[in-house]
Amino acid sequence: MSAETQTPAENPEAPAPEEPRSRQVLREIAESSSMVVFMAIVASMVIGGILVILADEAVRESAAYFFSRPGDTFAAIGDALGAAYSAMFNGAVLNLGADSFAGMIKPFTQTLTLATPLIFAGLGLGIGFRAGLFNIGAQGQLLIGATVGAYLGFAFELPWGIHLLLAVLGCALGGALWGFIPGILKARRGAHEVIVTIMLNYVALHLVAWLLSLEAFQREGSDNPISPIVAETAQYPKILGVQFNLHLGFLLALACAWGAWWLMERSTLGFRLRAVGANPSAARTAGMSIGTATIITMVIAGALAGLAGSAPVLGTQKFLTDAVAGSIGFDAITVALLGRSRPLGIVLAAILFGGLQASGPSLQVNAGLPVDIVVVIQALIVLFIAAPPLVRWMFHLPSPAHEKEVAA
Amino acid sequence: MTATVADAPAAPASSAPIPPKRFGAAITLGVVALLSLVIFGFGSASGASTTFVVARPTDFFAIPSFTLPSQLAAIVFSVIGLALAGWTAYRANQRRKVGLWVPVVYGMAIMGALLTWAGAGRDATSIQLTGLLTSSLFLAVPLVFGALAGTLCERSGIINIAIEGQLLAGAFLAALIASMVGNAYVGLIAAPIAGALVGLVLAIFATKYWVNQIVVGVVLNMLVLGLTNFFFSTVMTENGDLNQPLGMPKLAIPLLSKIPVIGPVLFNQNLLVYILYVVVAVLQIMLFRSRWGLRVRAVGEHPKAADTVGIQVNRTRVRNTVLGGAIAGLGGAFFTVASGLAFGKEMTAGKGYIALAAMILGRWSPRGALAAALLFGFADALRAQLGAIGSPIPSQFLAMFPYIATIFAVAGLVGHARPPASEGIPYKK
Repeated sequence: MSAETQTPAENPEAPAPEEPRSRQVLREIAESSSMVVFMAIVASMVIGGILVILADEAVRESAAYFFSRPGDTFAAIGDALGAAYSAMFNGAVLNLGADSFAGMIKPFTQTLTLATPLIFAGLGLGIGFRAGLFNIGAQGQLLIGATVGAYLGFAFELPWGIHLLLAVLGCALGGALWGFIPGILKARRGAHEVIVTIMLNYVALHLVAWLLSLEAFQREGSDNPISPIVAETAQYPKILGVQFNLHLGFLLALACAWGAWWLMERSTLGFRLRAVGANPSAARTAGMSIGTATIITMVIAGALAGLAGSAPVLGTQKFLTDAVAGSIGFDAITVALLGRSRPLGIVLAAILFGGLQASGPSLQVNAGLPVDIVVVIQALIVLFIAAPPLVRWMFHLPSPAHEKEVAA
Repeated sequence: MTATVADAPAAPASSAPIPPKRFGAAITLGVVALLSLVIFGFGSASGASTTFVVARPTDFFAIPSFTLPSQLAAIVFSVIGLALAGWTAYRANQRRKVGLWVPVVYGMAIMGALLTWAGAGRDATSIQLTGLLTSSLFLAVPLVFGALAGTLCERSGIINIAIEGQLLAGAFLAALIASMVGNAYVGLIAAPIAGALVGLVLAIFATKYWVNQIVVGVVLNMLVLGLTNFFFSTVMTENGDLNQPLGMPKLAIPLLSKIPVIGPVLFNQNLLVYILYVVVAVLQIMLFRSRWGLRVRAVGEHPKAADTVGIQVNRTRVRNTVLGGAIAGLGGAFFTVASGLAFGKEMTAGKGYIALAAMILGRWSPRGALAAALLFGFADALRAQLGAIGSPIPSQFLAMFPYIATIFAVAGLVGHARPPASEGIPYKK
C-alpha cells in the first residue's frame, strides 16, 4: 500500500505534544497495518457467516434435535455458509455458472460500476479527514450535485461531449456549493462541521423532494417524484460495450484518485491542508490560514461528493429521484476510513465495498439472504479497523509499539 | 447552562477579558419575526378569519371554538415575536443571556402567526388546536428520549451520534420481545436493553480503544440498520408471530385529563409519555442539583481535574453512555409498541439525528431538550395538519425546519450553543 511509503515523509510534523487527541486517533486509523485491515475483513466475514447461520431456517430446524443428530446441524450450517459465500463470489467477482466469457466477467464489471461513486465520495472524505475535518455530509453534497447534473442533463439539448462535460461540471459545482456552507460556517462562526453536515444532509433531501414536486423537474405523464431521463448526449458512454454497465465515470474516478494523490502529496496546497490537519496551531504559527484551508477542503470534498452523484444520474440510473443517493454518502465514510484516507487505499476499499454491494442481488436470489447482510459486514469491517488493538487481541497479533518507535 | 448563567456577571470582572456582545441571536429572531409580520401578518387577506377548535366533547366545561380576524391576529403574534427579539437585543447589550422562556414563547408566537395565516379564509376547515398539540407531544416523544440520551452522554464527554441506532435497536427489540411474550408492556423493558447494548459498544470503543467517537457513532448506526433489516427480512418475515402490532392503551388520569386543552394533551397519553415526564424531571434535577450530576459535568468539562479529585473518568463515561443508550432505546419503543405498530425497516427515519439537533438547540440540558423536541414535534404535527387543510407552504420546508434551526444554533446565530469542553476527547492517564 502506498501508505507505508508515505509515512516517513509525514512523520516529522507528527509528534507534537499538545496535538488534539482526535487527530492522533485519525492518524492511528491511517497507520493501522495492512495485517490488521486484512484480519478485520476476515473477522467481519466470519461474523457475517454467523448471522447467516442464525437466520437460516434449515439450521434452526436441525438445531432443535442437535443432540440426537448433530451431523444434520453441521450439514445445514455448511450448506448455508457455502451458498452464501459462493453467491457472494459469483455476484461480485466471477460468475462461474455463466456460459459465455462476457457473462463470467459481468459481476466484476458490476463491482467496478458500483465502486465508482464510492471512489469519488471516498476521495473527498479522505481529503477532509487528512485536513482534520469530519465531513458527514457527503450524502447531501452528492444529492445536490446529482440534482444540478441531472437538471443540466435533461433540461438542455447540447452537442455530444459538451453536454456531458457541462453536466459533470454541474455535479461538481452543486456538491461544492453544499460543501462550502459547512466550510464557511466553520471558518467564520466556528460551527462544528459534523453537526452542520448532518443537518445539511436532511435539508438537501427535503430540498430535492420539493424540487421533484415542481413542474420543471417532473417527468411527463408520471405522478411519481421522478425527473425525466437524462439526454443521451449527457450520459457517460459505456466503456466496455452495451452489455456491461461500466461507464466512463469509473475512469474519471481513477483520474480523480490520481489528482487527489497529486494534490495531497505533491502540491503546496495539499501540504498546507495536511499541515492544518496534523497540527492547526503549528500551521497557524507558520502563517497558514486555518479558515481558508477549511473552506478549500470542504469545497473540494463537496465537489468530489457531487461527482459521486454523477455516477447514478449520468451513468446507471439516468434520472433523479430523492433516493438517488442510496446510502453512498455513508458508505463512502467507511470507504475513506478503510482506505486510510489515501487515494490508492480508497480505490481498493471502494472496489471491496462495491463488490460487497454487487453481490447483494446474487445473495438474494441464490442464497435467499437479504442484501442487508452486506451493510452489516461493511460496518463491522470499519469498526474493527478503527480499533487495531481489538483486532490484534482477537488474533493474537504482535503489538506494533516497537515499529512505531523506529518510525518516529 | 445554568452554571454559566449564574457565573456570567460575577466571574469575568476579575481576570477574564470582557466577552464580546453577541447580537446574532437578536438579529436572527428579529429578521424572522419581521418576515412573519410581512408574510403572515400583511399577507393574510384582510377581512378573512381563522377558526380554532379547542374543545373536545369530554371536557368538563366546553370552550366554544373561537374565530379570530386573521390579519390582526397574525400581526399581533408577529409583534410579540419582534418584542422578544428586542428584549434579546437589550439583554445582549448588557452581555446577559435570556431565559429559556424567550425562545419557547417566541416559537409559539411565530407558529401562531403561521397557523392563523394558513387557516385564513378557510371556512370549511378549522385549525384543530387540541389535536395539533396532542400529536405534537406524541411526535416529540422519541426526540425527547433521544435528546436526553445525547445530553447524558455528551455531559460526560462522549459524543453520541449513535442515537439513531439506539432508537432503532430499541424499536426492534421492543417489537420482538413484546410479540414473543404477547404483551406490549414487556417491550418497554426490552427496548432500553437494546439501546444500552449499543451504548455499551460505543462506550467501549470510545474509552478503551480511543476510537474517534463520531466514527463509532456513524458506523454503529449503519450496523444497527443492517442488523435490524437483516433480522426483519429473515426471522421476522418467515415467522410473522415475532413481529405483531401490539398497542398500549391511553391511560387517562382521573380529573386532570378533563381540563380543557391541557387535559387531553398532557394527561390522556400512554404509559411511555408518563415515563417521559418522570425521566425529564429526574434528569434535570439529577444533572444540575446532585452530586452525581456535578461529577458527570466535571468529567465532561475537565476530566483531568475530575480525575485529580478522585472521580473515575472513564467509568463515569461508560456508565453515562450505557444509561444514555438505555434511555434512547426506551424512546425507540415509541415507534413500535407505543404506537401500536409492527417493526418496519428503517422505521426511525432519521429521528435520531433530529434528536441530536434537539439536544444542541436545548443547550445540553434536559428541559432545553424537552422544549426543543416539543418545537420540532409541533413542526411535524403542523406539517400533517397543513397537509390536511391544503397548505400554502410546501410541506418539505416545514420538514427542513428542525435542521435549519440547528444549523443556525451551532453557527451562533441563535444564542450560543457551547458543548461540554472535553466532549469527543478520549481520556488517557
